[in-house]
Amino acid sequence: MSAIEAVPRRRAVTRPRSRPGVATVYRWELFKLRYQKRTYLGLGAAAIVPILFVVAIHFRHHRDNGNDFAFASYLTKSGLVVPLVLLLFGAVWLFPLITALVAGDIFASEDHNGTLKTVLTRSLERWQIFAGKALAAATYAVVAIFISGTVGVVAGSIQSGFNSVQTLSGSIVSAPKGLELVYLSLLVYLIPIATVVCIGLLLSTITRNSAAAVVGTLMVSLLFQLIGVLPGLGALQPYLLSTQFNAWQGLLRQPIDWSPIVRAAWVCAMYGVPALATAFLVFLRRDVAGG
Amino acid sequence: MTDTASGVSPPEGRPVPGAPPVEVRGLVKRYGELEAVAGVDLTVHAGDVYGYLGPNGAGKTTCLRMMLGLIRPTEGTVRLWGRDPLQTVQALDDVAGFVEAPTFYPYLSGRRNLELLAAFDGGDAGDRIEMALETVELTDRARDKIGGYSHGMRQRIGIAAALLRDPKLLLLDEPATGLDPAGMRDMRLLIRRLADQGMTVLLSSHLLAEVEELCNRVAIVRKGKIVYEGAIADLKRGAGTVYRLSTTNDERAMAVCGAQPGISDVRVEHGHICFTADEPAVADLSQALVEAGALIKSLAPQTVTLEDLFFSLTEGDGVVNGGGAPAPVEAAR
Repeated sequence: MSAIEAVPRRRAVTRPRSRPGVATVYRWELFKLRYQKRTYLGLGAAAIVPILFVVAIHFRHHRDNGNDFAFASYLTKSGLVVPLVLLLFGAVWLFPLITALVAGDIFASEDHNGTLKTVLTRSLERWQIFAGKALAAATYAVVAIFISGTVGVVAGSIQSGFNSVQTLSGSIVSAPKGLELVYLSLLVYLIPIATVVCIGLLLSTITRNSAAAVVGTLMVSLLFQLIGVLPGLGALQPYLLSTQFNAWQGLLRQPIDWSPIVRAAWVCAMYGVPALATAFLVFLRRDVAGG
Repeated sequence: MTDTASGVSPPEGRPVPGAPPVEVRGLVKRYGELEAVAGVDLTVHAGDVYGYLGPNGAGKTTCLRMMLGLIRPTEGTVRLWGRDPLQTVQALDDVAGFVEAPTFYPYLSGRRNLELLAAFDGGDAGDRIEMALETVELTDRARDKIGGYSHGMRQRIGIAAALLRDPKLLLLDEPATGLDPAGMRDMRLLIRRLADQGMTVLLSSHLLAEVEELCNRVAIVRKGKIVYEGAIADLKRGAGTVYRLSTTNDERAMAVCGAQPGISDVRVEHGHICFTADEPAVADLSQALVEAGALIKSLAPQTVTLEDLFFSLTEGDGVVNGGGAPAPVEAAR
């Protein structure tokens, strides 16, 4: 460091500083995600699980699959059914886990790396950093769901063909219409996923520990599943987060049943908004004594 | 006009004209029963290279974190050019530095980290990346991941990150800690150069020689409280000069010293009489010794170092040895 002659000269005139905003944080958070293994772990799982699922169908397609869940009998008739079945089973732990991998880590990793103090002493307000990070975590979850859906459609179509699909009401819709319904279903699926993101962000800010936040988020999700199967708690079923993962099935009825989707919106908001607000306040008010 | 003492920031977080770079009043931070910072008052004037001294656990880093808005004070105020860093991040405009070790994203390269921070700074910070890397001589390693950097390299990239903001005030927490001698020397030169360019520097340290060489003013903190704030020269002057005396009759000389006005803290160290006095009192003492028949074999002033004063202030009863001990706190308001 002997080249101290190269110290930047003091600016002659004080210019108004163009200030960064939420978009700057968001862009750099996405950039940082590209360099983290957990990103590829989650997105990899989102892509590989549909492929493994289709491979399993291929080797079992001569056997009786049974009709014990929605679309089971159609798995070998139309590839469009694959992503829908994945939505059904992925709700238990796969998609909550993939979502939690980033949402639970995005604040806690700053504590782990000690970088919170580094970014909080630049030119950004805390709320801007929070918003940018929350948006990045949500974006990652959206990408994961759509990767899974798209890989499911492609792999399923290769295996079973890009064929028409039977709705839950028994009517048959064409393949293009079925594809549209698949992507609409993915969109509706994002409602409970957004809530999982909020819970992950909350645990990430509170625990300041990635592993605790990721596992904690998954545990919360599994807890809802558990409550849903406990005898005597049937009345709670419509208000559980786990139930909202099935709201997309309303789209697969003729005519479309919007009631589960509407309920999913407000039930998820009931869980997600307080979680997000608490995370926001904790982040805004916390002392950065370590990281 | 905004009153900086009233706790009100000026509109749009603009600096208050005439306000000092750092003005801390009654700063307290408690963690439960523990009082980490116990009522700190200090003022850093423009152009100061200000040393914030104290033993480990004295609350230096906590205080710096409060100055940067990372920690909320339990009581008291921090103003950076009259602006409260807890009210608006604009209070940190023209301020840069780091607390404890500078930290970065280990999975990104040095350059990427600087690009990220420049983006978070806004303005033309991105244009200064090359210059900052050159300044800290990390251009060649800029593409390497920071996870592989040595401690010294991280300190240097920390300085580079600070320079991106083209700051007028640099807050550095133990900047030379962990550096090898050459690294420490380079860090001192860099800080001196930045100060010469008009940058105000506040650095916490327990490397007293470094502070004595770099700083014009210091605050010495003990158990969360400032026990001295002011110029190093004033601190030394207030402490008086320690003299070492050897005579033909030390027993009688001790008695003479003890009775002589202006001579204090008379003691025997390593077979020599030591005392604190100012120059006129020493002249009178010389004459008194001759009259008492204790002829002087040697009489030599000993330079009081900042280290001597630091230990006097931070250990024991916190009173500087010798006469004319400095006032506990020179409140610079």
